Amino acid sequence: MLYVVKRILAVIPVLGVVAVVVFLLLHLSPGDPAALIAGDTASSDDVERVRQLLGLDRPLYEQFVSWLWRLLQGDMGVSVFTGLPVTRMIGQRIEPTLWLTFLTISFAVVFAVPMGIIAAWRAGTWIDRALMALAVLSFSLPVFLIGYLFIFGFSIKLAWLPVQGFRSLSEGFIPFIQHLILPAVSGGLVYMALIARMTRATMLEVLGEDYIRTARARGVGSRRLLLRHALKNAAVPIVTTIGLGIALLLGGVIVTESVFAIPGIGRLTVESVLRHDYPVIQGIVLVVAAVYVFINLAIDLLYTVLDPRIRY
Amino acid sequence: MALTLSQIEARVDAAGRHPGRAFVRRHPLLVIGGALLALMALIAFLAPWVAPYSPIEMSVLKRLKPPSSTNFFGTDAMGRDVFSRVLWGGRVSLGVGMSVALLATIVGVMMGMVAGFSRTADAVIMRVMDGMMAIPGILLAVAMMALMRASIQTVVIAIAVPEIPRVVRLVRSLVLVIREQPYVQAAEAIGTRFHWILLRHVLPNALTPLIVQGTFICASAVLFEAYLSFLGAGTPPEIPSWGNMMAEGRAVVQLAFNIILFPGIFLGLTVLSINLLGDGLRDMLDPKIARRL
Repeated sequence: MLYVVKRILAVIPVLGVVAVVVFLLLHLSPGDPAALIAGDTASSDDVERVRQLLGLDRPLYEQFVSWLWRLLQGDMGVSVFTGLPVTRMIGQRIEPTLWLTFLTISFAVVFAVPMGIIAAWRAGTWIDRALMALAVLSFSLPVFLIGYLFIFGFSIKLAWLPVQGFRSLSEGFIPFIQHLILPAVSGGLVYMALIARMTRATMLEVLGEDYIRTARARGVGSRRLLLRHALKNAAVPIVTTIGLGIALLLGGVIVTESVFAIPGIGRLTVESVLRHDYPVIQGIVLVVAAVYVFINLAIDLLYTVLDPRIRY
Repeated sequence: MALTLSQIEARVDAAGRHPGRAFVRRHPLLVIGGALLALMALIAFLAPWVAPYSPIEMSVLKRLKPPSSTNFFGTDAMGRDVFSRVLWGGRVSLGVGMSVALLATIVGVMMGMVAGFSRTADAVIMRVMDGMMAIPGILLAVAMMALMRASIQTVVIAIAVPEIPRVVRLVRSLVLVIREQPYVQAAEAIGTRFHWILLRHVLPNALTPLIVQGTFICASAVLFEAYLSFLGAGTPPEIPSWGNMMAEGRAVVQLAFNIILFPGIFLGLTVLSINLLGDGLRDMLDPKIARRL
């Protein structure tokens, strides 16, 4: 129990550091941040307006304290470009990203774990080599090449699927899934490769243990041996990889959204970068980092369920 | 892997008579990856002499031509030769990849060594690294690019910074092991200076894992440069890079897929070759980890 409390409290320094990093980036960047955000065509009045809006005219510690205080109350400031609150802009764009992330993780895990198990079970054979070659390939191919190959094949040549865009689930399940299947698969391949390699490595290690040989000698069937005996013992490193890999996945989602013109957080990030709208970027980085930290917290707490030997 | 005596004999025999062939058989990934990467590097290096056209010269008459015997990969929306631009793009990708690997490794080694030897610095540095690792690399790089004027140098910095925590973690864990070794303690006991211990004893022993990791950083940096440029937050658009070419090809993807396809293939092959090289190097230099993965 004490561990659970400690683990939950450990989230605070990590998020604190993220906040400091995001805050300091603006001030460590070369040149006048106000001038950069205001843009090349801005007059000196515009630059002053941005400086005041972001509070850049005040001392650094004062800026940080008041920024952090407002952040803790859920206020991420306002966009320099649209004048809207950052929380509202993120809220408007989060739905597609959440669905895309969820589908991408599901696709990757559903395929990667069996791939890894089969590769480990048949280690050294052509099946193993083929699966691992596929993994290295998906690790190396850029998301947008895969994405455009899919668009070219399935949407343009075969015309089975829509080329780009997003449909909300409220508009029906069929159009919703038609728009998200290609982005989820192309964005999920890298993540799938990562998990498959880790699954294979841990399963190989576990399959070499004495109790596996004992179980086999006792006449335990292959399927039961792999799933009940081996996979259960290999679960912790695999689940850890799934959690840590989410950073890779969230990064991929930004690119995937651009390829498939999905109006999510990734598109918002790119739009904000082109407008030098730093408050919005700051907000997105904080939200994404928080999501990542909390997913990994949940996974750490899940270990007790997966492995009863771990007691806190 | 257990070998029979005759297999070992055959291997020794082969190594004696055909050392090259034996090496290829023992380390196929290393050889394939290395050869492919060498080819890519050669293409990039020779681009100014090999490219049939200027990579930036526009021509209204030759817009969006499909691949032909004069323009091998076709032309883009501004009539520029895609083949020549792909060759030139390799210079940006490989240059950025190697610079990032070098920069991230150097900074990471320094910070990791400090963290490994000083308890107070360790607490601070590692907390900062934990925080940085919670931000997806591309997102951090994009955020940094929003605050800097786009140039090759700023792209290198923006990609290298998110890679630093991985190097720091590796170096720190290595230092923690190495500093307990008897030879380091002996050196300390005879009064060897601290920085000399780091340079003479710790660094050489950390070199192997660092080279392997540097290779993987290089592969991911090549990919990141393309991602940033593709998103419009990377290499300035007037410089022909693979990411920029694909970003420009986006508008005409339905008309001329070749503009996106060819730089994409070269990008994929380059990243693949570096990843294979990394896998091969790891297998050769670090058999303990290799057996696990």
